[in-house]
Amino acid sequence: MRNKPKVVWIQALTCNGNTQSLLSSNASRFEQFLNQFELVYHPSLTHHTTLNDVLQSNASYDFLLIEGALTSNTQFLTLSDQSSTAIVEKLIKRSHYVIAVGSCASYGGVHAKFEHNDDVVGVQSVVGKKSACKSGHDTINLTGCPVHPEWILQTLYTLKAKGNIALDDEQRPIELYSHLAHHGCTRNEYFEWKVESKSFGLKEGCLFYEQGCRGPMTHSSCNKILWNDTSSKTRVGMPCIGCTETDFPRENMLETKKNIGIPAEVPLGISKRAYLSLTGIAKTFKIERLIGKLIDENR
Amino acid sequence: MSAKETKKISIIEKSLKLFSKKGFYNTTIPDIAKAMKMSVGNMYNYFPSKEELAKCAIKYSTNVLAQDLREVNNMDISSKEKIYEFTRKYFKRVKKTPEIIEYFLRVYLSNREVFNQGCEGFLCVGEFVTEVMILLDEGAAKKEFRDQDFFAAFGMFMGSLGGFAFLSGEKVLEKDLLDYSDLIAENIYRALKYEE
Repeated sequence: MRNKPKVVWIQALTCNGNTQSLLSSNASRFEQFLNQFELVYHPSLTHHTTLNDVLQSNASYDFLLIEGALTSNTQFLTLSDQSSTAIVEKLIKRSHYVIAVGSCASYGGVHAKFEHNDDVVGVQSVVGKKSACKSGHDTINLTGCPVHPEWILQTLYTLKAKGNIALDDEQRPIELYSHLAHHGCTRNEYFEWKVESKSFGLKEGCLFYEQGCRGPMTHSSCNKILWNDTSSKTRVGMPCIGCTETDFPRENMLETKKNIGIPAEVPLGISKRAYLSLTGIAKTFKIERLIGKLIDENR
Repeated sequence: MSAKETKKISIIEKSLKLFSKKGFYNTTIPDIAKAMKMSVGNMYNYFPSKEELAKCAIKYSTNVLAQDLREVNNMDISSKEKIYEFTRKYFKRVKKTPEIIEYFLRVYLSNREVFNQGCEGFLCVGEFVTEVMILLDEGAAKKEFRDQDFFAAFGMFMGSLGGFAFLSGEKVLEKDLLDYSDLIAENIYRALKYEE
């Protein structure tokens, strides 16, 4: 690959959240990215090239990054007098790699729930799992709402260095999505002993049972690669809402569905019978250290 | 199973009968040793104390019930039929080995101080409680049971069965215990069933 691979970023049906996320990446990493890649086109970030320039050119691009869901229905979205699907179909043939950035681009996301347009889909549905891009590499899904900026950069750097990246069954990079959001969660001890958080925003307690946290069943490295190098949703008291999974956005995202007080879903990889046995035993113990405030200034 | 394990189980089974008949404090290790035709010293090779024996006995007896309920849970029948099926099994168990139920009702529930170290909460009865959870969860997930507080449902289910076993133990029932099985199962089902 050339020293400065060319990157084209297309936006379709999107709230711009993944762009916001990219702009919130570690400053030195973003600078490094701009130095080592040529950002040919991004609707919000570049000014010397328009989408028409990109479409009318015969140039090849190394990375086609797509943010947002696609639709072939021009009544709902038109870019340069074309549908987003038509644009992607044209550009894919001139691109080496196709990367769906965010959950909307990967699976249609919240837009796919729009019942008046049943033609809202993710990139993979348009270009295929085995992408027709120049490298022949599978379409890469960087799921998340939004996707973590470092995941975008790591994927680009890996492809730049190695030419391919290992993907899981959902076409997500294994290196980034083999962990669960539960891994690295600072509330794990509360989870073990079934001490629940009383409300959002607290540092104490687990958010699984009462607040709908999906950490134990969501493939994501949010708690391993921290946001802004500092934090994550669960660290500040916001439940994981499973935004990297294919069923996102689910209904009642801040609730744990229960049947007669028993969670309908249990953490990945454990049978419900085994989980309930462990839970019953864990609840037996009252660990004083986990019941009070972590920092009690009045003590 | 090793010879020692087999012997431990026969000691537990004998103890269940003695404990449930005479109570925890009125049953001594020498009583159990005598019933086992063993020396008192040898008894301590199997259980270090009467309290430890009592804890093993509650695990053993509830695991027997857990096994019964697990078999029912694994059947391909409706949740309503599972209640009927387990109620029958439970009452048959009361008739066949009453000491298993009596021990729970007359020793475990009445002598909590014996069990508050090492048998707290669900620690020694966990396997059975888990099976009740599976039964209730599956019934509610299939909308055969309505959604309600777990302990309210658990109390309804086990309270009915345990209470009736108690009446049987007191010999106050007019008919054979099994004659009441479907009536009790119907009552439990009505208390749990889903309503629009």
